[in-house]
Amino acid sequence: MSIAAPQGAPAAAPVPPEPGPLPVNYLNNGHSIWSWLFTVDHKRIGILYLVSISIFFVAGGIAAGIVRLNLLQSDGAIVSEDAYNRAFTAHGVMMLFFFLIPAVPAVFGNFFIPMMIGTKDLAFPKLNLASWYVFMLGAALAIWSVLVGGIDTGWTLYPPYSTRASQSNVIPGVLGVFISGFSSIMTGLNIMVTIHKMRAPGMTWSRLPLFVWSLYATSLIQLLATPVVAITLVLLMVERAWGVGIFDPSLGGDPLLFQHMFWFYSHPAVYIMILPGMGVISEVLTCFSRKNIFGYHAVAWSSMGIAVVGFLLWAHHMFVAGISFYAALLFSLLSMLVAVPSAIKVFNWTATLYRGSISFQAPMLFSIGFVVLFIIGGLTGLYLATLGTDIHLHDTYFVVAHFHFVMVGGMVMGYFAGLHYWWPKMTGRMYSDFWSRFAACVIVVGFFFTFIPQFVIGYHGMPRRYPNYPQEFQFFNVMSTAGAGVLGVGYLMPAVYLTLSLINGKRATANPWSATGLEWVSQSPPPIFNFDESKMPVVVCGPYEYSLGVDQMGRTLPDAPTGAPAELHEGTAADGHGPTSPAKQES
Amino acid sequence: MSAKHNTPALKHHFEDLGQQHACERLGIWMFLATEILFFGGIFGAYTVYRYLYPHEFEVASSHLNRTIATINTIFLITSSLTMTLAIRAAKLGNKGELIRWLFVTAALATAFMVMKGFEYAEDFHEHYVPGRMFQDELKSARDEIAGKSEEDAKKHQFKPERQKWAKELAVQVNHKHVDPGKVQLFLCFYYIMTAIHGIHIIVGIGCILWVAWEAWRGTIPPENYSTVEVVSLYWHLVDAIWLFLMPLLYLTGAGYKH
Ligand SMILES: [Cu+2]
Repeated sequence: MSIAAPQGAPAAAPVPPEPGPLPVNYLNNGHSIWSWLFTVDHKRIGILYLVSISIFFVAGGIAAGIVRLNLLQSDGAIVSEDAYNRAFTAHGVMMLFFFLIPAVPAVFGNFFIPMMIGTKDLAFPKLNLASWYVFMLGAALAIWSVLVGGIDTGWTLYPPYSTRASQSNVIPGVLGVFISGFSSIMTGLNIMVTIHKMRAPGMTWSRLPLFVWSLYATSLIQLLATPVVAITLVLLMVERAWGVGIFDPSLGGDPLLFQHMFWFYSHPAVYIMILPGMGVISEVLTCFSRKNIFGYHAVAWSSMGIAVVGFLLWAHHMFVAGISFYAALLFSLLSMLVAVPSAIKVFNWTATLYRGSISFQAPMLFSIGFVVLFIIGGLTGLYLATLGTDIHLHDTYFVVAHFHFVMVGGMVMGYFAGLHYWWPKMTGRMYSDFWSRFAACVIVVGFFFTFIPQFVIGYHGMPRRYPNYPQEFQFFNVMSTAGAGVLGVGYLMPAVYLTLSLINGKRATANPWSATGLEWVSQSPPPIFNFDESKMPVVVCGPYEYSLGVDQMGRTLPDAPTGAPAELHEGTAADGHGPTSPAKQES
Repeated sequence: MSAKHNTPALKHHFEDLGQQHACERLGIWMFLATEILFFGGIFGAYTVYRYLYPHEFEVASSHLNRTIATINTIFLITSSLTMTLAIRAAKLGNKGELIRWLFVTAALATAFMVMKGFEYAEDFHEHYVPGRMFQDELKSARDEIAGKSEEDAKKHQFKPERQKWAKELAVQVNHKHVDPGKVQLFLCFYYIMTAIHGIHIIVGIGCILWVAWEAWRGTIPPENYSTVEVVSLYWHLVDAIWLFLMPLLYLTGAGYKH
């Protein structure tokens, strides 16, 4: 579709010889703790984020475990009702603000955006490092507020409860979220400027990998939505600290205003969480079905469509909060509208798979899991966007299940897909093929068992956030908790086999999946400045020319991973006079 | 490495200075967009309450110090001019001139903050601060005129320690349906908005002095004047926000007759 060079030109380029591992790469260039803490290398900062968010994922997971275990019995199995409130709040705050929001943009965005567009670093490397420190400062405050007793307001922090009634550590927690928001803005700004101004020669907008497009859309939301929640949280903290009435109705304030301002960020924030996952899926599905993406422009622009329309439907969280009927009607309509670009993506992914040469490595299994679970999550969202059904379903476990299908079924699966797809590039090691596939299956099964029952009890009226429930819901709650146990085991497995791969994993080649993106041009792990500096990449074709068997520099791809037919890969004749190993020029 | 790479101002990960400057400019414009959204949130909240409680907002605004605000407005507008003159000096490579204009800008900004400090001190001294101070002051004034008719209340000789705003507000609260809670709401916005703006001014002063330091060290040659431009864009935004704060906070109640 977007081959610009005259026909034949890409195919003429020789197969790159497989270069040996570099003597100096970004990982072994300095081993001291300071070489990590003061690094301005986007790849190392990506790794710093990866380590930190993994810790927060475990923390949020433990809180989720407390919630699920407590729901084993209809009157609360393990903790007091007050502790239960603090557990689900900790789960929400940790997972949303300290895992899902930074997960893909700050880890894979940081690491791979410069590599995918063929440049040496993000536009502002110091700002990038600063973003990590700001993030950790915010996280430290939030974790401290949990350790000294926690917050009991729910992650939505609605006043006047959060400002007047709650006896918990609202201010340190909110301050932590407020501060970490700036790291999100910094990352978004950095990525956006980099995409605009630092693309390699030939990397036109319509040759950008779709992951880059999705992060562009994500960054737009981070830039424009996060400041609004920042000021909202300032107002909330001022109200709580000084007892003035900005949102407190008894002092002339309007609690609905808080909800408007909060959701003006927090609805688009779910697109900060899901869009990067969608970008990962576009990369993985094309690679493991050896096909060009179906409808490149449709997928790229649907990301932008989601980003823009996503700003216009925040009040669908407030249908029963007392907004005007006409406003509700409009927000309902707009909420349905955002299903269109999401559906465009799903249809295009499906069409991409159609007649592809599919192989089922772990990244692909996670991606297929994403598509299936996202479809369920997306469609159940329509029930909630519909005014009539929302009155019945609002604040029930139906909402919880819908949200988790999109965020965990969608985004966390997308995150794992990306982690498994890029792990060889990031670490230079291959992980266990069997265990990674097995883990993907366990996670999907555990996920279904955890959240399908929640649709049922939600539909029958079990409210979210309640520690108690009628006896007849116990069966489903036990099933959900059992599923969560399986899910937890599923999440533990990658922690084990990925760590083991660092010790005794097979060395990864430069392009183990035979993928087309520029990030696979350099050795694994990549050199300090991503590419051989004397030969910065020049892009000659679109991002997914799997059917032509060439990467974006027009060079023939190495052998496809197991399962894909070998005949796809045609021009292996040119061994011997390919480019010399860039290792020699590296200083 | 080609010759263009030898400019000391060029950072290693950029191809050339053109790319570096383009990144810096785009970066600062995007940052300004986030700033507008940040202030947009609180301007939006202000607008909602101003629409709901126009009378109280007018009353509350009428007690603010418009003289200081006007002087401060003049300071800031002038500082925008001097900042622009600094860019011109940077472009021309006139180092002495550049540093001089930057210092004038920083001085005007500091003058703004000093005046603002005096204004806060005065507000504080008059107990015109939402919360306990405001409530106690108003209560004492209202107690003095409790039970009096509007005519008598207006003529009432308050004790000398009563604040002017409290005397007037006491009559309005007792007889004109003015809700003191909503007057405090305005004051919350006044303090939060001016405080956040003040923090931006202080950050701006820091940035301007940093640029002056860099210029003195000689790291801002004419071909790399974009550093000055980036800081100036931020500075103009801080000015522009004040130009919205001034009418919203101070002029709202300017024509109010007690
Ligand atoms: Cu929403």
